[in-house]
Amino acid sequence: MVKKRMNDEKDQAILRITQDGLPLDKRPFKAIAARTGLSEDEVIARLKRLKSMGVIKRLGISVNQRKVGIVANAVIAWKVPEELVERIGNIFAAHREVTHCYERVTIPGKWEYNLFTVVHGYNRESVEDFARRMSEMVGIRDYIVMFSNEQFKRTSVKHPF
Amino acid sequence: MKEEVKLDRTDKELLQLMQDEFPLDRSPYAVLARRLGLTEDEVFARVKRLYSEGVIRNLRTILNSQKLGTCSSTLMAMKVPEEDMRRVVGIVNEYMSVTHNYRREHDYNLWFTVTTCGDKNLVDTVEEIKRRTGVSDSDVLDLPTTRVFKIDVRFKFVNDGEEEDE
Repeated sequence: MVKKRMNDEKDQAILRITQDGLPLDKRPFKAIAARTGLSEDEVIARLKRLKSMGVIKRLGISVNQRKVGIVANAVIAWKVPEELVERIGNIFAAHREVTHCYERVTIPGKWEYNLFTVVHGYNRESVEDFARRMSEMVGIRDYIVMFSNEQFKRTSVKHPF
Repeated sequence: MKEEVKLDRTDKELLQLMQDEFPLDRSPYAVLARRLGLTEDEVFARVKRLYSEGVIRNLRTILNSQKLGTCSSTLMAMKVPEEDMRRVVGIVNEYMSVTHNYRREHDYNLWFTVTTCGDKNLVDTVEEIKRRTGVSDSDVLDLPTTRVFKIDVRFKFVNDGEEEDE
């Protein structure tokens, strides 16, 4: 995949602001226009283009899922044979309950679970039940469910521009 | 402590629309209002309330790290004795590059992600965290990502036709 370089200073100025958050304003793009010296329509047009290029994955709210009752989350780590990782990773990724799915390095003799999924649910039972269904779906029996019982930090990655 | 906030069906539909695709339009709340059969003022008042209740964290662009190609990340885990947890968490959380940090139910009881972008070196940051916390190598896992299948933190708020509280 060709990495797209983000050399346009105006795009960078817009993204620097929008990755931190849009203002709570009925005309949020007008507020951003005022801060970047662009017109409101140009801000909107540039955001649309960045989205169609795939640089912006999504423009939307982040919801505190605990407030809507989604209080359980677990890292479920799987021991998957190398030749099956691609297929199983894609199967797991297709489920809405799975918010993250990564392959990670293993440390032989110390840590041998190579496929990581993060699963959210309304309670522990639903997450455990979903893990069992995932296991049956792909035929992998060796996995561990690690519930989170305390959140120490949760922020987002800020891209340097 | 009960954190859950009571939401009606309209709140949930509004959250769903704003999460999945915020309108790129001069008056985005008017666009949302048309879809929900409300006025712009009604929608904006609900949004303000959902912010103040802490349901909405923020409204922002989520960028495609792979396309930008500037960041690398790892997941670290540590076995931390309970009496030492506060100190270790304090050090780990100092780092801007640590974006998520959780206690988990496992022998490795502390799990956090380290993401560095641009000129910052991931390996250096990992080594510095290990050195400063003093957790011994045998009690640390450093598990860099080798393949990303999905990062998409979106939830389903409206269950079509199976709302138990409607």
